[in-house]
Amino acid sequence: MSRQVRLPFLILAVIAAASLAGPLVAHLSGADPSSVDLLARFAGPSATHPLGTDELGRDMLLRLLEGGRVSLTIGIAAALAAAAVGTAVGLAAGYLGGWTDRVLMRFADGVIALPLLPLLIVLAALDLHKIGVPHVLADSPEISLVRIVVLAVLVGWTTAARLVRGATLVTRSRDFVRAAQSLGAGTPHILWRHILPNVMAPLVVATTLSVGDIILLESVLSFLGLGVQPPLASWGSMLSNAEELITSSPLLAIYPGAMIFLTVIACNLLGDALLRRFDPRDAARA
Amino acid sequence: MFRPPMIRFTAIRLAEIAAMLALMSFVIYALIGLMPGDPIDLMMGADPHLTSADVARLKLLYGVDRPLIGRYLAWAHAALSGDLGYSRLFSAPVVATLLPRLGNSLILLGSSFVVAFAASLGLGIAAARRPRSRFDAAINFICFAGVSLPTFWLALILILVFAQLLGWLPASGMGGGGSGDIADRLRHLVLPVATLTIASIGGYTRYVRAAMRDALGQDHIRTARAKGASEARVIWRHALRGAMVPIATILALSFGSLVSGALVTEEMFAYPGMGKLIFDAVMGNDYNLALAALLLATAVTMLANLAADLAYAWLDPRVKYR
Repeated sequence: MSRQVRLPFLILAVIAAASLAGPLVAHLSGADPSSVDLLARFAGPSATHPLGTDELGRDMLLRLLEGGRVSLTIGIAAALAAAAVGTAVGLAAGYLGGWTDRVLMRFADGVIALPLLPLLIVLAALDLHKIGVPHVLADSPEISLVRIVVLAVLVGWTTAARLVRGATLVTRSRDFVRAAQSLGAGTPHILWRHILPNVMAPLVVATTLSVGDIILLESVLSFLGLGVQPPLASWGSMLSNAEELITSSPLLAIYPGAMIFLTVIACNLLGDALLRRFDPRDAARA
Repeated sequence: MFRPPMIRFTAIRLAEIAAMLALMSFVIYALIGLMPGDPIDLMMGADPHLTSADVARLKLLYGVDRPLIGRYLAWAHAALSGDLGYSRLFSAPVVATLLPRLGNSLILLGSSFVVAFAASLGLGIAAARRPRSRFDAAINFICFAGVSLPTFWLALILILVFAQLLGWLPASGMGGGGSGDIADRLRHLVLPVATLTIASIGGYTRYVRAAMRDALGQDHIRTARAKGASEARVIWRHALRGAMVPIATILALSFGSLVSGALVTEEMFAYPGMGKLIFDAVMGNDYNLALAALLLATAVTMLANLAADLAYAWLDPRVKYR
């Protein structure tokens, strides 16, 4: 691995590992990120609380790791889901061509041309009971996570769809695809074995970049009160609580924001480094 | 510029935008009906003297029991004759509420747009002239940092440092106090403009750099250098002309997204623009206002996209329109 790939990858790996292992270790040692200690509010760094405590006396480090678990889970899950939907659309449009292609791509263009953030705010504010989501599901604590993933897929699939369509158009007229067709291979086989491996490189780059974008989107929605809902917390929703206390205890706002920044910039740098690796032509130009 | 194919292209695109707006008006109308709360409940909450007979009368008046499509057509009919309804939140007609907000947003966006564009032009060209240098790498890293910053966090930190700790600048509002005090309004613009500029400069600089790298590699640049043109002339007259085509496209496109992208910044600085209006209207169950504001934002975004296409053709005579 080149240095450009290694450094952001390491940063992401450390954040991910700490977010997954941290709460587990803490749980085993008896600490609880949601345990309220009103006598130890706004405490400074100490041996028991390395980053101090928040407005309810909860350990800041544990809360950050918990928030990281939520933010990263949403970012990765939504990026993969958007890539899957986009790939399906892009393969269909690129391989089938004709009116399928025209309809799908016009739809993608339409989505791209919309002012997405305001519309996402409306979608995030929808009453799930009115859409007909079952009560058990609509009232479960995890529903806010599912909702954000769905919203991120609604806006995120277009990138992958355009990329995969483009790569499919190039690949489907290559000789090895023609050969497979003349040997009688079915469409699913050709798509899966011949086309998909050839669109993987740009897809991996786009998905890496979109993890960062989705974490930013999640943090904005959570900050506005429309994303992750208590008892769950993400970095964005932690910032939302800290905003009112910005003058008295600015660190409560600085820590989660710095974590978002670090994670997103690592995703972007990793995506850029992968792009240069996969596309030497582009790298030579840059 | 005004060749017949161009006019035809513009006319077709405008018709498409009108069709898209009509479609979106229905989608948004339907979505707003799915938000929590109910207009009649809100009125009952606001006025405890309402009897159940009044409620039935109001329901009939507003037609809430009619099917969705019927209510939408009634709204569309009124909207087409210029009546967008009354804003509950501002107790004023929707049109009178929207237009000043759009003006405020354009002031904010225009200022940050000019600052960000000027800075990114300088940075991008400087980086493109020394590719792979340490300077280029530093600019590249700063660009990545810019696009990775959460806007609301950046705004919080700017407020913390410049408004709370140093006390140099106001943290919220638009200033002026209605008296048109220009200096005060400018002071109120500094922090939101700085936030938007820092958030957008990274993306612009990357585009400028890429476009200039392409332009500087062209044959006519070598010719210009060979005939002894000064470096400044080569950059600003020869290379930038070619580089402006992709740059103008990106700028026009991003202007459309800015109108809604400034939502977070406007909310953070309590700046009375379109973005904050949309957020407040959606959160405050102001259905008429939310619907009209969202449609206006959609129209602005799509018109900016059209402007991007037209700028492309205007700057590059080789582009043909079908």
